[in-house]
Amino acid sequence: MNPLMMLATTRRVLGELRHDHRSIAMILVVPALLLTAVYFLFENETLPPGVPRTFDRVGLMMLAIFPFVVMFLVTSITMLRERTSGTLERLMTTPIHKADLLFGYALAFSIMAALQSLVATAVAYLVFDLDIQGPPGYVVMIAVINAVLGVALGLLCSAFARTEFQAVQFMPVVVVPQILLCGLFVARDRMNDVLEAISNVLPLTFSVDALQEIAANTEATPALWENAGIMAAIVLGVLVLASLTLRRQTA
Amino acid sequence: MTHIAKHKAEFGTQAEIGTQDAEPSLTVAIEVVGLHITRGRTAILRGIDCTVNQGKITGLLGPSGSGKTTLMRAIVGVQRITRGSVKVLGRPAGSPSLRHEVGYVTQDPSVYPDLSVESNVRYFGAMYGATAADITEAIAAVGLEQFARQKAADLSGGQFSRVSLACALVSRPRLLILDEPTVGLDPVLRAELWDRFAGMADAGTTLLISSHVMEEAGHCSSLLLLREGRLMAQLSPAELSRRGRSDDLERAFLHVIREAESGEREAESGEREVRP
Repeated sequence: MNPLMMLATTRRVLGELRHDHRSIAMILVVPALLLTAVYFLFENETLPPGVPRTFDRVGLMMLAIFPFVVMFLVTSITMLRERTSGTLERLMTTPIHKADLLFGYALAFSIMAALQSLVATAVAYLVFDLDIQGPPGYVVMIAVINAVLGVALGLLCSAFARTEFQAVQFMPVVVVPQILLCGLFVARDRMNDVLEAISNVLPLTFSVDALQEIAANTEATPALWENAGIMAAIVLGVLVLASLTLRRQTA
Repeated sequence: MTHIAKHKAEFGTQAEIGTQDAEPSLTVAIEVVGLHITRGRTAILRGIDCTVNQGKITGLLGPSGSGKTTLMRAIVGVQRITRGSVKVLGRPAGSPSLRHEVGYVTQDPSVYPDLSVESNVRYFGAMYGATAADITEAIAAVGLEQFARQKAADLSGGQFSRVSLACALVSRPRLLILDEPTVGLDPVLRAELWDRFAGMADAGTTLLISSHVMEEAGHCSSLLLLREGRLMAQLSPAELSRRGRSDDLERAFLHVIREAESGEREAESGEREVRP
């Protein structure tokens, strides 16, 4: 690996995005708007005393899910364009290492994801008084790990799509099941055995578990670090798989 | 500069090195032996043998679909080879060390449309440790100085394809493979580019350039004529004129192709007569 080539790639990916003001605005603003919608959805709920608001549970999870979904889409389209426009093949004729390219991408989009989750987390805390035990810094950390997971899965899935139309179709396949089974809609211990078993191995599940740790404790717990560590390992594994789809030679 | 001086030095020693049969000689930049490439069930290249000399411009000519791009991709090392061998600068095509020395410009410009000309050249330059001066020079070489800060997508088609060329020039390759680099360029620019290529060849760079504009063949010192995946001939433009019985290279080329086609037809009808 060569850090200069990796940073050049990060700079290039961000440069491509920089001219696209509309995309930047959507990445930064849309999660905050959706969070607002969630807040008002549960605005009038009546709760017995001592029970936390639904917004504190659902809003918190959404903070981590947005970057995952958005970065998956942005990355799979960008990488698909790179594959179809010939720039990937051209890069493969230069001394760049595959890892420089993949980590360059991952770094660029995690910077975007960090900005996104800073905006969304700030809105959740400052505007809607998100009420959890743990500090917001850990929430942002989990959001960024989730974003990198989205980047890694996007890089991998772009190999199996020939057109942007197909690439978008990977969202219901890869992203939606994880959202359904991560514990957002139904607590995982109340799922049937099959669904719970699937849910146990889906990456997003670990980040929801991590967020619940943050919500319940004022300090970082070993379980938080364990979940974050598993997520990081999954991200690395997916990136390795993605690197196998980058071929220097094609038929 | 040291780069060019190095090429000149290598070029100067070719007389002492002598013929190419012994060790990988410095005078031969590309050596293709018995190259077969099959994609799916289609045979794209069917037994190509040819050599490309160092420090010269070699033209790769042939009708569309004759396998020009596939041959170039095999030389760059991005094409999976079915059979045969391709040696580039004495090493098997696709060797990691060659990535520092071989530049490739694809037929469709492969650059980032959302980036400025300068950012594109800077990114590809970063793979070779190019300096700011190298970047400015590469942009000037393709005549895009006044567009350096413009987004590539906003340029005209001809300017856009020159961005792609600049991205290859910035690495100062020893071997430059260009797939139809002059398509869509006006005659003035085309002449300028060919002057540029000649200058690079004089400085020791080897160039392999595909084209379907026959008048451009005159700029090459050697021509590879490809047809239906086979090498019809490797000859100089003068020899092409002689064989095609015309000073107009386009007519000469057509003549050679028709000769080959009628030869095949005769062979086929001969076969048919033999069979019961």
